[in-house]
Amino acid sequence: MSALVVDFLSWILLLAGTAFALTGAIGIIRLPDVFARMHGAGMIDTLGAALILLGLMLQAGPTLVTVKLLLIGVFLFFTSPATTFALARAALAAGIEPAVEDKTAGGTVAKAAEAAAAKEGDERS
Amino acid sequence: MFTEASLAILLIMALTLWRAVKGPTVYDRILAVNAFGTLTVLLIAVFGFLTERPEFLDIALVYALINFIGTIAVCKYATFAHLGGPLDQVDWDDV
Amino acid sequence: MPHIFSLIGVLSALWLLLSGHFHEPLLLALGAISVAFVVFIAHRMDVVDHEGHPIQLSHRAVRYFPWLLWEIVKANIDVAKVILRRRMPLSPRVFPTQGMQRSELGLTIYANSITLTPGTVTIAVDGETLTVHALTGAAAAGVETDEMNRRVAGLEA
Repeated sequence: MSALVVDFLSWILLLAGTAFALTGAIGIIRLPDVFARMHGAGMIDTLGAALILLGLMLQAGPTLVTVKLLLIGVFLFFTSPATTFALARAALAAGIEPAVEDKTAGGTVAKAAEAAAAKEGDERS
Repeated sequence: MFTEASLAILLIMALTLWRAVKGPTVYDRILAVNAFGTLTVLLIAVFGFLTERPEFLDIALVYALINFIGTIAVCKYATFAHLGGPLDQVDWDDV
Repeated sequence: MPHIFSLIGVLSALWLLLSGHFHEPLLLALGAISVAFVVFIAHRMDVVDHEGHPIQLSHRAVRYFPWLLWEIVKANIDVAKVILRRRMPLSPRVFPTQGMQRSELGLTIYANSITLTPGTVTIAVDGETLTVHALTGAAAAGVETDEMNRRVAGLEA
């Protein structure tokens, strides 16, 4: 009985995890530029990975296997933002500008982009 | 359950690989390959359950770390064209 | 000094849990040697301090991480809705935000928390000013309410 419930929960978690990872991958393909695509990659790294690992943890039960799955999750959780930041920094240093498009507030975005550009200039000097 | 999950992850890996092939900039490719690596970690973990050999999790753990270091190294190399030296010694006119 | 003991404890636990052998003297001895070597190297590199091994945050982090995880879940659902629309309602924007944290460690935690919630990515850090790239106006508004900022600042108090 309880094994059936655990199996059912694992199914749901694995399904949800792969659904989020699939959405992230679709985002990596559909989104317009490299900075926007980072959000799609972020989905795979956070909720996609976490839910799949959680589903596997339920199958493993309270053993050392669960601890290892937890460690994988923790490593992904801590390394993902560092990787994203390194990538963003490298892309900015290479002169790739984030595509900024805003229909609601015209002035603020131009200013923010200007501020970002100025900041980038400071970083270089 | 694990068969279906690994097939789904393989499909997602194929999608990220498409972005890696299409580019257009080198940073899109690095991003896609990093996501591919994360999915590889998950695939190895699920595969360990599929074949009932939990030793695969150790490989997944090490792959997660290698993926992180590899991505950082490739980012640095793609932008600065060398791996050594602190950032403040980079000649910004070359970049 | 407490940082070194804590590091020894964490590394020993990691060795025991990853090897799964608790009674074989050879493996335990190898583990002890590895832990001693890593602690020696870390001490030589001068990274065993409040920044490299932040134990002073641990009891407050217990409250912060569940909140962060819930924010990540909500942000993931929002971004998934945006991506799966036939015409994606994107309005990508770049804006600066001021970190309220006093230490560089707090600022790093804040920047990483912003990146971990999909929809917002920290793309540059200069002093206490973070430059954030947001996918939609709603995601940007989430950062501009400064709730995460305050919570991370409270984390290091």
